[in-house]
Formats: sequence, C-alpha cells, structure tokens
Amino acid sequence: MKVRRIRALPCKGCPIKLIFTQGPSITTRLFVFVALSTVLMVMDHKYDNLASLRAGLSLIVYPLQQIIELPGTVSDWFGESLSTRRRLQEENDSLRTQQLMQKVQMQKLASLESENIRLRELLDSSFEVGEKVLIAELMSVNLDPYKHQIVVNKGELHDIYPGQPLLDAKGVMGQIVHAGPYTSTAVLITDTSHAIPVQVNRTGLRTIALGSGTINRLDLPYIPNNADIRPGDLLITSGLGGRFPPGYPVATVQGVRHDPGQSFSQVVAAPMAELNRSREVLLVWPGVSTTLELSVPADAANTPSIDVVTPDETAGSGAEPPVDASAAAEPETP
Amino acid sequence: MTLARHHGGGVILLTFVVALLLTIVPLPEWARYARPDWVGLVLIYWCLALPDRVGVITGWFAGLLVDLVTGTILGQHALSLTIVAYLTQRLHQRIRLFPILQQAFTVMILLILHQLLALWISRIIGRPGAPWYFWAPSLLGLLLWPVVFVLLRNMRHVFRVR
Repeated sequence: MKVRRIRALPCKGCPIKLIFTQGPSITTRLFVFVALSTVLMVMDHKYDNLASLRAGLSLIVYPLQQIIELPGTVSDWFGESLSTRRRLQEENDSLRTQQLMQKVQMQKLASLESENIRLRELLDSSFEVGEKVLIAELMSVNLDPYKHQIVVNKGELHDIYPGQPLLDAKGVMGQIVHAGPYTSTAVLITDTSHAIPVQVNRTGLRTIALGSGTINRLDLPYIPNNADIRPGDLLITSGLGGRFPPGYPVATVQGVRHDPGQSFSQVVAAPMAELNRSREVLLVWPGVSTTLELSVPADAANTPSIDVVTPDETAGSGAEPPVDASAAAEPETP
Repeated sequence: MTLARHHGGGVILLTFVVALLLTIVPLPEWARYARPDWVGLVLIYWCLALPDRVGVITGWFAGLLVDLVTGTILGQHALSLTIVAYLTQRLHQRIRLFPILQQAFTVMILLILHQLLALWISRIIGRPGAPWYFWAPSLLGLLLWPVVFVLLRNMRHVFRVR
C-alpha cells in the first residue's frame, strides 16, 4: 500500500515540480538553440557548405516524401493496369504518329546539325552537339509556396550535382540546388533568386532573365531602350556563365515597354517550359557530349572524324578528342 | 524524472510525423498559400500538455525537419519554432487555464510571431515581401485550434501519454 502511494504521488505532482527545477535551463536551452539555428542559417546562406549535412538529413525526409507519393503511385498503377485495350491502342496509335512526325523533323535536324558542325569547323570554333541527359520525375510534394522549387526523384546516386540544368520537353525549367542521395531539389527559373543568361534568337542580343516570383513571367531588366527586341522573340540560353548549355529555348518575349525617362526598357517574357505542369523533366550534363541515337549515321560519323584531327593539328588539349571520338563511334555500331 | 515515468513517446512522434506530412501534401494552387501551420499547432499543444517533455529541443528538431521538407534555408523554421516552444513552455500554466477561445487567440499570436520571424529571415536573405494572404495560416490556426486541441487531448488520454 505504502509503496503504491509513493509511486502514484510524484506522477500527479511531477510536471509542476519539474518545471520549477528546470526553470533556468529552459532559457539556457533557448539561447543555445537560437544560436545554433543562426549559425546554421548563416552557414547555409552565406557559405553554402552544408551540402553534406543536407544530403544526410534528406534521408530522414525521404520516407515522408515517399508516403506522400504513395497514393499517386498506386492510382497511376491502377490507371495503367485497368485501362481498356481500346484506349491503349488509341494512345499507341497517336504516339506512333507523333513519333513519325518527330522522326521526320529529326532527320532534318540531324542534317542541319552536321552542316552546322562542318561550318563551325571551317571557322575553327568548337560546338557541343548533344549532351548526356537523364529523365527524372517530379515528386508530388509541395514546398514553400513563396519559393519556386520542385523535388525530383533522382539524386547523387544518379550523378546529379548542384547547379545542374533541368529542362522539360519545351524549354529550360531551372537548376538543381540541393542534391540528396535519392532526391534533389531544383529551383525554377521564375524564382526571385534565379537569373539565367539568355540571348535573343533572332538578333543574338545577350541579356539576363530574372525570375519574377510569378510562375508565368520572367523579367529582362537590362535591355537598353534602343535594343532590337520585340514581342514574340525567342530567348535561348546563351551559355555564358557556363552553367546552362547554349541553345536551349527559355522564354518568348511577351511585351516591350519603352519609357523615354528610363535608361532601360521594361521587357517581360513567358517561360517556354511548362513550369507548373510538367511531370517528367530532363537533367542535362553540359560537359558530357553524346550524339543522339536518331542522328543520321553517315553524317555524324564523318564530321567528328575531322573534329578529332583539328585539335591534334592545333595541339590543343589532348584529353577532349577521345571523348568526341567515342561519341562519334556510337552511331556506327548499330 | 525517470524514463519509466514517460509513456507514449511514440504517439508524440507520430503526431509530428503526421503534421510534417500535412505540411508537404500537395494542395490545389489556390489553397497552397492557406496551408495551416500543422507542425506549429502540434508543437504548441504538446508544449502546453507536457511541458516537461516537449519543449525547446523538440521545437528545434521539428523546425529543422520543416526546413528540410519545405526547402527553406536550414535553421529558419528551427529558430522560430524554438522561440514559439519556449514561450509556450514558459506560459503554459497561464494558457492552460484560458477558456478555449482565448486559448485560440493566444495560439494565433504565437503563430503570427512564428510567421513574423520567418518573414524577417526571408527579408534578410533578400526575398521579396509578403502579400496579405501570407498571414492566412495564422488565422487558420485560430480556427483550427479547438479541433486540434480536442483531437490531441483525446489522443493523449486514450494512449495515456504522460
């Protein structure tokens, strides 16, 4: 009896007693943890050297993201396995026609590409043809609504690195900011912290497109009043800065407003990529070149052989030609 | 303060996990800005109910996880939730005695403080200011508090979390 009472009593009275005994230590803890978070923030924002910590911690978050993904995955699976034969056939037909159309376009593109390479060799300037790409899928998790960020289901294990460009079928989407082992976070080109070097396709005018914080708008604040730019112009990546490979479509100019009182005109552009609709995205390795399988073998095989010779003659860097040679050898084998 | 006295730590963990899941579950575009601050609500509840178990440290770790899942800079939510946890822990004896409506308003003020700190930090690192609906989560917190409170209290009683 006695033992029970003693055991039962502290339980009821404990919280109050403990609060009084712990009183000062709460404040100490507060200061410790506030200091710790401040240090974390400064390190994360100013010095950007928390990549490994973030990658490690993202392993804890990964299961949560998977749980969120689960209903979507299950419904996708059901949708795929329960769809009727007729619908599949229709889809197959439409995809086949689409592929045929694209193949025709690709033929033209391949010949243009090789012609471009030949011309560029005449000018002695090197040009990357195709880059190594990987298809990744968006994870259906929402991040901070005031930041334009997405999570893709590929990470460091797939050689993803921070700063890597991200495209969709229509244009540049953004770049990777944090790469975890299995997933990585990317920032979209419309985020207010993002800027991308672009070039007007028609005139070659180079400028920078800043994210506006609105998902369908990019701002081009550094265009002089007398510059040749008009609505409908296509903006492509210029390749300056070395982060985005050159030549990918970024946006189309929507409106140009000249204000004689201002030194720059106000230009607004709409991103080409479907930033809030795409489900599949392409990750690109700008340095690593591979020739596309669809390119015409004869042309593609001819031109890089010249490419191998020219650097030898000019006694340039010896490391690069073999890469081109192996890439060129690919189309010959099939 | 022996470990044997503690009971139902798993339940507390579970509520935080559910809150984190609700933080990243996809919402339609119009509702994205009005997502209630689930982690904040759950943290405030546990700080009121079990101030000797859940407090500054739990708040910090919960905040760090929120930073990770929502992609903000590491430490932003950790800092603000730490302060919210501290204040709740400090004032828990008073807040506990409030009628539910007054309690809800206190919670709203705590959540507004949480958001204000987040806003300051994002302004310091150079992000743009907030539109009026930035404060919607705190108002929703006011409306949701009675529900969250009753739900978690019942849960605490059923699973005898002490």
